[in-house]
Amino acid sequence: MNGIHDLGGMHGMGPIVREENEPVFHEPWEGRVYAITRAIGAFGKWNLDASRHAIEMLPPADYLRMSYYEKWLARNIGLLIRHGIITREEIETGKAATEAAPALRRLSAAEAAAHANRRDRYSRPDAAAVARFVVGDRVRARNMNPEGHTRLPRYARGKQGVISRHHGIFVFPDTNAHFQGEQPQHLYSVRFAARELWGDEASPRDCVHLDLWDPYLDHA
Amino acid sequence: MHTFSLQPEARVYIGAVHAHGHAHDHEHQAVPSDPALRTKALESLLVEKGLVDPAALDTLVDAFENKIGPRNGARVVARAWVDPEYKKRLLVDGGSAIAELGYAGSQGEHLIAVENTPQVHNLVVCTLCSCYPWAVLGLPPVWYKSAPYRSRAVIDPRGVLREFGLELPEETEIRVWDSTAEIRYLVVPERPVGTENLSEDDLAALVSRDSMIGTAKVFAPKPKP
Repeated sequence: MNGIHDLGGMHGMGPIVREENEPVFHEPWEGRVYAITRAIGAFGKWNLDASRHAIEMLPPADYLRMSYYEKWLARNIGLLIRHGIITREEIETGKAATEAAPALRRLSAAEAAAHANRRDRYSRPDAAAVARFVVGDRVRARNMNPEGHTRLPRYARGKQGVISRHHGIFVFPDTNAHFQGEQPQHLYSVRFAARELWGDEASPRDCVHLDLWDPYLDHA
Repeated sequence: MHTFSLQPEARVYIGAVHAHGHAHDHEHQAVPSDPALRTKALESLLVEKGLVDPAALDTLVDAFENKIGPRNGARVVARAWVDPEYKKRLLVDGGSAIAELGYAGSQGEHLIAVENTPQVHNLVVCTLCSCYPWAVLGLPPVWYKSAPYRSRAVIDPRGVLREFGLELPEETEIRVWDSTAEIRYLVVPERPVGTENLSEDDLAALVSRDSMIGTAKVFAPKPKP
């Protein structure tokens, strides 16, 4: 979707504000939101792409106003309601309306340490997908504007680049985010010259690499 | 059991925009406006329903506050500096190389290490969200997730680096890596001159988080007076 989350190349967002000796979590609730995100992710009711898309669906003004963990919290509540795990009334009252909990995987304290280090696998090396490109091919990112989730940023659409690396076959976010299956596709690193992306004002030496799935690309 | 009574005006509505016809809940979602209270309400609710163990949450928080952080990445970089064979393996297959040192966690499986040289400077960003190599750097700082960094790193990397106090010569090629997939990037900064006699541990201590994102260089320690 052409959402506010697709920030690459925008102006006017202000200076980069850094903090010396920044804590991992600024407030205890931020740590809880992070941990809750991991714990409810273990339910297996949604996937990473759906979770990202839920944040993209925040109204643009809220997206820019809310802090990172506020967005995660809003996303978590939205996903839990949408998947019928809690109700709106329950989160408003803070009280469980039903005693019977849905049968979901409850992450134990003993499992949590390993879970923090859990390997998430998104490569699907055995999937049947045809690679239309090889390293060195000149490609053009498609001018596509899907209303749903995609990982092809606007700033690269319609631009020409070169395949610099073949990563393998990976889960395709554009379908996975909408529970339409993983539909794994070949994934490539594509090198775009800064001048191709931004015009003659850009440095002739600089470049941007994006990781793009096969269906995002055409031969140039 | 805590309960929270909420004023209607103290609600934030999310999920209001949903134009593309996927089968989702289209209603507004109302939650209290104070994030600490909302978080407490959510945690209490999930605990009451038997879906979340607070001790598991404690463990997850502790892991990222105390165990998984940029010191892990610094050890990877220091090893690469002192052990050319390790560096080769790291640059060919980052995921396996960090696993050799015991780091192979969430968001670390598909790790690519990119090396800074006198000719090439690498800079990592995620313009679409906040993808970051958790296994080696922990959770990202606020600025990395912020709109100013995400918007400008791709269109004006030299300006961004200048803001970080790093002025690179025109001849240096800047390679920006926009983390649009599940590949994560770790910058291997240049080893500073004058560190030939330092131990691996001392070298690791020099390697900052920002140098592994690409917004800083690593400098040799100032000679003791």
